[in-house]
Amino acid sequence: MSKKDLGLLILILVVGAVVTAINHRFLLPINLANTSNLIGLFGILSIGQAFVIITGGIELSVGSVVALLGTLFIDFIAVRGLDWPLAFVLIIALGAIIGLVHGWLITRLKLQPFVVTLCGLLIYRGVARFYTGDGTAGFAFGQNFPELEFLTAGRSWGVPNSFIALIVIAIVMWVVLHRSVFGRYLYAIGKNEEAAKYSGIRTGRVVMAAYVICGVLTALSAIYFAMYTRSISPASHGQFYELYAIAAAVLGGFSLRGGEGSLIGVILGTVLLQELQNLVNLLGIPSSLNFAVMGGVILIGVLVDQQWGVFRARRLMVDAARKNVAGAAAE
Amino acid sequence: MNYSDTSIAASVTAPFLSLENVRKTYPGVVALDGFSMEVRPGEVIGLVGENGAGKSTLMKILGGVTTPDTGTITVDGTAHTGLTVEGSLGSGIAFVHQELNLFDNLDVAANIFFGREPLRAGPLKLVDRARLRTMVAPLLKRVGANFSADTPVAALSLAQQQMVEIAKALSIKARLVILDEPTSSLPLAETDKLLDVIKALKADGISVIFISHRLHEVERVADRVIVLRDGMLAGTLQKRDINHDQMVKLMIGRMLKEREKASEAARAPGAVALSAKAIRTPAYPSRPVDLDVRRGEILGLAGLVGSGRTELARVFFGIDGSLGGALERDGKPLVLGSAADAVAHGIFLVPEDRKLTGILLDLSIAQNISLPNLPAHARRSLVSASAEATTAEKQKSNLGIKAPSVQTRTGTLSGGNQQKVVLGKWLAMNPKVMILDEPTRGIDIGAKAEIYGLMRALADAGVAVLMISSDMEEVIGVSDRIAVMHEGQISGILDKEQFSQENVLLLAVGKQPK
Repeated sequence: MSKKDLGLLILILVVGAVVTAINHRFLLPINLANTSNLIGLFGILSIGQAFVIITGGIELSVGSVVALLGTLFIDFIAVRGLDWPLAFVLIIALGAIIGLVHGWLITRLKLQPFVVTLCGLLIYRGVARFYTGDGTAGFAFGQNFPELEFLTAGRSWGVPNSFIALIVIAIVMWVVLHRSVFGRYLYAIGKNEEAAKYSGIRTGRVVMAAYVICGVLTALSAIYFAMYTRSISPASHGQFYELYAIAAAVLGGFSLRGGEGSLIGVILGTVLLQELQNLVNLLGIPSSLNFAVMGGVILIGVLVDQQWGVFRARRLMVDAARKNVAGAAAE
Repeated sequence: MNYSDTSIAASVTAPFLSLENVRKTYPGVVALDGFSMEVRPGEVIGLVGENGAGKSTLMKILGGVTTPDTGTITVDGTAHTGLTVEGSLGSGIAFVHQELNLFDNLDVAANIFFGREPLRAGPLKLVDRARLRTMVAPLLKRVGANFSADTPVAALSLAQQQMVEIAKALSIKARLVILDEPTSSLPLAETDKLLDVIKALKADGISVIFISHRLHEVERVADRVIVLRDGMLAGTLQKRDINHDQMVKLMIGRMLKEREKASEAARAPGAVALSAKAIRTPAYPSRPVDLDVRRGEILGLAGLVGSGRTELARVFFGIDGSLGGALERDGKPLVLGSAADAVAHGIFLVPEDRKLTGILLDLSIAQNISLPNLPAHARRSLVSASAEATTAEKQKSNLGIKAPSVQTRTGTLSGGNQQKVVLGKWLAMNPKVMILDEPTRGIDIGAKAEIYGLMRALADAGVAVLMISSDMEEVIGVSDRIAVMHEGQISGILDKEQFSQENVLLLAVGKQPK
């Protein structure tokens, strides 16, 4: 765990302690379970985003993809009567295809990630709304999918299964990002894509793979979100989720220029964001201020981190100078 | 030093700039120690020294970026203990840096008067373009520019861009222009133009400090040469004493036995390793290139910058696709879709721009060296740090990379050591064809000799080495054969007995050699 991650963890614990001191309901099992469920849902999304950000890219269509794929998933199993495992596979495949198309447009046709995914944001939202005729996709009365509901919205030993899913995914993705050849390529490309290419790395494929991973994880979280809300109005479902994901990555120490950040960081970033949401609810802050609180905390966090870096660099220099003077005096 | 010379000159003209006993230390290093020098109006001073000799510190002091610990700086009769950036500019000291500071999306005039544009009357303070142009025209004329004020900088050659920088210096009424490695990226013909500009400045009574690793250019243009070594004045050479060997002797403190180890007898040429058959590069789509690189030889590729050498190297390395023709390796057809394909065929490139394309400055030495061959340093596609370290240690001792450890970030290394890291990553992979694009640019003399030795060792081991270089001494001293490019085509190939600067130059401008 890096110092940055440790600092973030301490911040999470301090905020938690303060909230508990004001409102003891923060630590009630029901509150913790609810919050960790949300952490699971948003965490899966944010890991996907992190893989794209590490290459120096950005994925803005996440929220719309959550709406579109969530709508389709509910439509597949509730209206069209597909077996849920088949629908599950289809949705994941669709997520992969969306990622592949984005990656292809970005690496082969050299379009800017911001532009490609911004268009995606608009297109998928529009398609989702058109698909339901701007209505709401939901289950009919009495429709039940016991296994699916257990896996997505259920709990094991009191822990939401969505949170467990996040932990499993996080461990796998940690290995991929921090230990695998592919992960090293991602960092190298994020740091300097040209130099990576001149080292014989097939940079296009690696970047495309990052978008596919993002697409798959987004699709997975879309299913989780759909089963959590159980009814989707495509006009608003998933709105701003891309920003939650980007915020989690930035809080977790990712640089939007690429090449920097850790998996633990993005998870901690997600935890802090959800803790703040919870804080707004528990402390009776008007929920209309929700975004303002989040924005303020992120800004302060980034500022402190940056100033701390400046302070440390200066201290190192002063230390070195002092040592030099002492050494000269000793001679 | 010749005492009488100095005193006579001093009685005629007072120095514009003089430094006395300047000392500057950084934590752990004495960068400059008891250094004194003076620059008289209209004098061209050559400033030479190996990397780390203290040239950059001296420049920073003159530019006002840093102040010396002790010593005095006298500019135009006024003594200072240190300069500020504004003070330096205000007293007429102008810099032309190795890395140009131009906005290539703006035109020449806008660059020269950036931030000081003449404005039209009125509340909007619009730029007075007509007046700007009349202000720029005489400046361009003085530097002998053959381009107009409204040319976008992106369309200019490097030498032309340097002229813009010099015009900018003139526009602030500079009395001392400091040129930091101005010719290191220039081809010969362009270098001549630049040297002419220096002579024109001198004729106008403007002093010039010319910093360069290219000693024969210093020889041609300097009135006096100041040699720095380890932060101290190693010696001053008056006009008549300036020659290559003297400068080198002062720079390294001893005589080099031979300038470069020229390969002794002409070798028996090996089989053709890499062959271009009517290759058309994107830069010159209508000019097919035929070229064979043989095993065991160093083929020098000379020519002016912009003659298509780098573009050809990019095609050989799979970065750019060829627009026609075919490549062959060991007589078999070779199709390259990417650099990864070239690497798979044992064709490696040490690129021209080390920091942009050669290495990743944020990664460690070990991570840079393993990057092209990462799967071989992994088990079940998980990277093994110990395997990486083993490979890197081997290259580090092999190449004599000076660094605390293989985990050191490459960004903290000197240029020569960075270049060795680039070489190390390819040497660790058994090269068949090694292409080096300006392999010694910006590298000090000691490291240069090591890199020449490495290229020779590679060739002796049967590797086909293709060396692109704009440094004439290097091309003639190191190559077994020299191919010369002119406007996208190979204008001729010289064998050892035909080697001469004149022949290379004639071919480079498209004429026949003697």
